[in-house]
Amino acid sequence: MTRIVVDPITRIEGHLRVEATVEGGVVTDAFSSGTMVRGFEKILKGRDPRDAWAFTQRACGVCTTVHALASVRTVEDALDLSVPTNAELIRNLMFCAQYVQDHVIHFYHLHALDWVDVVSALSADPKATSALAQSISAWPKSSPGYYSDLKNKLKAFVDSGQLGIFANGYWGHPAYKLPPEANLMAVAHYLEALEWQKEICKIHTIFGGKNPHPNYLVGGVPCSLDLDEVNSLNTERLNHVSELIDNAVAIVEQLYIPDLMAIASFYPEWFGHGGGLSNYLAYGDLPTRGYNQPDFFKFPRGAILDRNLEEVHPVNGRDAEEIKEYIAHSWYAYSAGDEQGLHPWSGETELNYTGPEPPYEHLDVEGKYSWIKTPRWKDHPMEVGPLARLLVAYASGSTEVQDVVNEALGRLGAPVTALFSTLGRTAARGLETQLVVHWMKEFFDDLVANIKVGNMSTFNRERWDPSTWPETAEGVGLTEAPRGALAHWIRIRDGKIENYQLVVPTTWNGSPRDARGQRSSYEAALLGTPVAHSDQPLEILRTVHSFDPCIACAVHLYDPEGKHVHDVIVK
Amino acid sequence: MAKPQPTIWQSMQLKGYPRRDFIKFCNFALITAGLKAAGVESVVRAFETKPRPPVVWLHFQECTCCSESFIRSSHPIVADVLFDYLSLDYTETLQAAAGHQAEACLEETIANHPGEYILLVEGSVPTKKNGAYCCIGGRSAEDILKHAASSAAAVIAWGSCASNGCIQKADPNPTGATPIHRLVRRPVINVPGCPPIGDVMTAVVTHILVLGHPPELDSQGRPREFYGRRVHDTCYRRAYYDAGLFVEAWDDENARKGYCLYKMGCRGPVTYNACSVTRWNGGTSYPIQSGHGCIGCSENDFWDNGPFYQHLASFPGFGIESTADTIGTVVAIGAAAGVAAHAISTNIRKRKLISERIDDSAKGTGKPAGGKDR
Repeated sequence: MTRIVVDPITRIEGHLRVEATVEGGVVTDAFSSGTMVRGFEKILKGRDPRDAWAFTQRACGVCTTVHALASVRTVEDALDLSVPTNAELIRNLMFCAQYVQDHVIHFYHLHALDWVDVVSALSADPKATSALAQSISAWPKSSPGYYSDLKNKLKAFVDSGQLGIFANGYWGHPAYKLPPEANLMAVAHYLEALEWQKEICKIHTIFGGKNPHPNYLVGGVPCSLDLDEVNSLNTERLNHVSELIDNAVAIVEQLYIPDLMAIASFYPEWFGHGGGLSNYLAYGDLPTRGYNQPDFFKFPRGAILDRNLEEVHPVNGRDAEEIKEYIAHSWYAYSAGDEQGLHPWSGETELNYTGPEPPYEHLDVEGKYSWIKTPRWKDHPMEVGPLARLLVAYASGSTEVQDVVNEALGRLGAPVTALFSTLGRTAARGLETQLVVHWMKEFFDDLVANIKVGNMSTFNRERWDPSTWPETAEGVGLTEAPRGALAHWIRIRDGKIENYQLVVPTTWNGSPRDARGQRSSYEAALLGTPVAHSDQPLEILRTVHSFDPCIACAVHLYDPEGKHVHDVIVK
Repeated sequence: MAKPQPTIWQSMQLKGYPRRDFIKFCNFALITAGLKAAGVESVVRAFETKPRPPVVWLHFQECTCCSESFIRSSHPIVADVLFDYLSLDYTETLQAAAGHQAEACLEETIANHPGEYILLVEGSVPTKKNGAYCCIGGRSAEDILKHAASSAAAVIAWGSCASNGCIQKADPNPTGATPIHRLVRRPVINVPGCPPIGDVMTAVVTHILVLGHPPELDSQGRPREFYGRRVHDTCYRRAYYDAGLFVEAWDDENARKGYCLYKMGCRGPVTYNACSVTRWNGGTSYPIQSGHGCIGCSENDFWDNGPFYQHLASFPGFGIESTADTIGTVVAIGAAAGVAAHAISTNIRKRKLISERIDDSAKGTGKPAGGKDR
């Protein structure tokens, strides 16, 4: 048996560490640890609730809009405030732009190198690469000359001896299965997607002034609409948004989806690895009739247990018995004892580090071993993310979701159950991007239609002044970050934040096990993951990356003595 | 890594760029970096003779918004930065390797290129609990920082986290978050902002590559070329401030007309940044242009200078002639008394000011900067 430590796990957001035992070429146990903490909840106490979006937004600069959205909704929920239709549409457009940007970046820049061997691309035939590219997509940059130039540039780059971000990669590893031409095509699209991602973000800049970290506002959106003013959102600004959406559709349909399908077709065995948990949770999002009508969300709300797609359970963020956070293996202390589970409205964030003093070789996985708390829904561990969203939508009877999923699975010749896997998770992310990029167009058309009939309002002033607020109030704001279900809970007293808690997607997926020993998503999905070379964590990265971790953490592999990996037999 | 490193010109040649494109790039770099003193010849020479410098990018207590902003750079685009201008040897966000293979990249660069690599730091360093609040590979952030900074050619603090501690340093600073200039015994180039503008980030790096030395810094270690002017003084809505025309409520008639956001809490008057000139995301917009006030995200302790929607007290004598070094960045919250008076007095004063050289007071002759952090 080999005990390996991967710390940092790279190509993610945040600081994540995985310790795993490998026996007979497969992972037999795994421990996931978040190794950085900032104490947001403590910093938020006593602040103006209207400022909370800006504070919580800084939880993550990758999914840079989602905490701001959860936060304004939380405060609006507490103050019983609804926002104008235009504000909701603009929030939806920003939400969709975030998804498309984030998922494309994840696929090409965070996840692709788990499947694509950059060095193998050097032996590709440019003509054959061109033929491959043209056979799967109408994307115009696909000529033999284009690929020949790219190959020459790549060769010059490798020959320079300065491999930069590609240094020490797992090139030549037997788990890489793509032919050289597919690798060269993927490298081309890695670069094209890198250049394009900065464009789609301009939707945030137009509505929110900047990206990362665009501006939000409790009660609406900060931008105004006025077709008679150069200083408001006018026809030029709307045309810009429209153009950016059209370009995004092209990227998704002509690069992302064809590449995803092509790459997936070479790795069918990965529809059989990394399934992990069998419970899925989605809060749902993209309201079409207001935030308080989840039945009309594009992504429905619900929970699935035991992979039973016949039944979708209702989910209520306000019910103190549904969502609770545990700290049996997390470096925190609860005033009433660490075995308690606390609903976020009563949540506590008292840092209590009991781990080894750095520098350390190993964490004490029998005790507390992470800065991530362990949330449970009705005491079940739940997977959240694109797969959970698609499954809940599929099982809820959303025909547009069913059509997209069935069509893709048909092309890959895979049953629905194939989705319960590492590759299924990666495929689900692509398929929902395909849906979202078209929904973005719908929301834009709705916004224009609204403007056309003279509805220009973007802000509801009823509760802006704190003198209109009750002495105490509590609210919950649910949303779906690209990585999964995200919620904030607030308690307001005398116009100030009394308590604020965030339960983020990676809290669900990347948390340590609970007191009953139930694993969370990463730890469960890693079980059974094959590992060809225990000193090269390529397959572990595939499964961990399929969740798109977002913890400001990274993974490194260590042996049981905590040294960097060698094969060490500990029996 | 042991092979000789090609210069930027050589690597562009290898990638098939004609010399015309190379000169174009040099011109562009010149403009981007705002290099007034250096002519294009010196830029061309610099890129022809310098190999792609090794660069190490460390992440500590942060949210990765700085990395995201960096890849939003529109000139130069990030693919060119990553593959043509630099050798980004260690970056947890993008590098192919993980775990010990990743850490080996870091150690190799430190060992093989002492005094040659540029160290970029994103995030603050928690000093409480012996560093247990941020560990990578079992080592504390402070350990890693000191190790990597000791033999770097230059150290750049990306964003407000690394420059001034940012949000995790906000009261009560639960983890002892500390800006990096407090921990390394050497000058640090601070590029604050939450995040900094992507084009500013690549420009600061380009400046070093082109000239071989850091840009001129103010007393807070910030490049003057991007942090020498207040957002307020370069804001296209400044005329409305001077005329006393303000947004009074969100989405009111004045908001639609694009009047000044001062009364909505805008921190433009006390914030030194390039937002209203360089703008964000390829010049698309900036917060004020899109209707929200500046929250002052590049200033020390801006999180504790709130609440954000309460407007600043008046700031008489706080005109376009001031710079960060002459007036500091103390933020006062209070009533709007004096705003109307300012509107009148500014219009009179302006005639005189405009006739003066704007840079006169930018020469650092004033008292040290204020603000809580220093």
